[in-house]
Amino acid sequence: MSNGLINWFRYASPQSFYPLAGKMIPWFWALAALFTGVGLWISFFVAPTDAVQGEGYRIIFIHVPASWMSMFIYCVMAGWAAIGLALNTRLSGMMATALAPTGALMAFLSLWTGALWGKPMWGTWWVWDARLTSELILFFLYIGFIALQAAIDDPRRADKAGAILALVGVVNIPIIYFSVKWWNTLHQGASVSLNKSPSMAQTMLWGMLVMALAFWMYAIAIALMRARAIMLEREAHTEWVRSLPEVTGGSAR
Amino acid sequence: MKAILAVVRRDLLLAMRRKSEVLTVLFFFMIVVSLFPLGIGPETPLLRKIAPGILWVAALLASMLGLARLFAADHADGTLEQLALSPSPLGLLVTGKIAAHWLVSGLPLVLLAPVLGIQFDLDAGALGVLVVALLLGTPLLSLIGAIGAALTLGLRGGGVLLSLLVLPLYVPALIFGAGAVEAHVSGLGAGGHLSLLAALLALAVFFAPWAATAALRIALE
Repeated sequence: MSNGLINWFRYASPQSFYPLAGKMIPWFWALAALFTGVGLWISFFVAPTDAVQGEGYRIIFIHVPASWMSMFIYCVMAGWAAIGLALNTRLSGMMATALAPTGALMAFLSLWTGALWGKPMWGTWWVWDARLTSELILFFLYIGFIALQAAIDDPRRADKAGAILALVGVVNIPIIYFSVKWWNTLHQGASVSLNKSPSMAQTMLWGMLVMALAFWMYAIAIALMRARAIMLEREAHTEWVRSLPEVTGGSAR
Repeated sequence: MKAILAVVRRDLLLAMRRKSEVLTVLFFFMIVVSLFPLGIGPETPLLRKIAPGILWVAALLASMLGLARLFAADHADGTLEQLALSPSPLGLLVTGKIAAHWLVSGLPLVLLAPVLGIQFDLDAGALGVLVVALLLGTPLLSLIGAIGAALTLGLRGGGVLLSLLVLPLYVPALIFGAGAVEAHVSGLGAGGHLSLLAALLALAVFFAPWAATAALRIALE
């Protein structure tokens, strides 16, 4: 049992994780490309045209996976944050920092494609629907996390402060979601209901799932790349970074 | 408990010595609330409808103003480090500081709100609900805000950053607080909203000082 634990902790140090991440990144890129290809093929050629919404509904193959990922990445980020606070590992904070921009991108994509989808379907770019509003607040939470980390010069303090913010945020997300939902149902402002969506064709669901996998693989690949860059930046003074082939070889010495 | 009271008494005393800071927040609250009718127009039915939201948003903004000072002065003169070294748990002392902050910047808003509510032609029942909602909600704002204040302690552009961090977390308080008054006005009864607000407050009383303390320890490292 202790063997397994030691193995995992070995990769908690940037020095041993850096090459591992370097080896994993091409695989995740390949998977992301594969799933994107399959997902786009399903969503454009296999999935039937929607009876009510026509061809425009096909934006859900981007919109829904982006929304899922935006929420999922926040949870993963909070998970890394918790590990970082509990075990005081440097890598966890780097992973959380690396994930935040991707999560913010996903939240933004979800809002943007939602607006693009809403215009032809409901005739408006934006409704104060519960999901849209809570997605917007999630986007603000990401921005707050990134802004807080950017404002702190000391990376260790930035990691820890960001970790606390991420944990506070993850506790608040369900509260915010349900409060926005009740707010929305009480006000009855929007005449459009997103909840009574007609039952979805099986192929559409598959397309969405495959696209979600594609987004997931993309998120892992890009987060690992960003984490590698952060590692190099923060550990630039150490011997292992200086002896890396890409550091020594690149400078024509 | 004695330590909490000592911190509360000290912070209140400090606040009383510098009344202008307290009054600034109050006047800010009044001015923001008075700006809305100027921007929207003086139609009484419309103003009556938006009054709870305006009062609540103004209360959020006003409570943001005081937050930046919650730990800043103590951090600057080293008191905070002494508090962290003291034999009483820092979490309790932080709770005391938050309580004092609420007494200074939250409670006056609660007392002032009905007067401003009259400007918006709210009836007595709605004013009562507004006061109760603010009474439950403003401590919640102070508690959540304390986490943000501790996280941004001593940072560049701390004040603006603080609002970016804290305002999204204020959303539930705003929804249930303003919603309570609206529910009362529309005849639904404010009980549900007020209970939820109280539940959030109970959660925050338990967790927020703890998170703020953890953030303070990071800032003091």
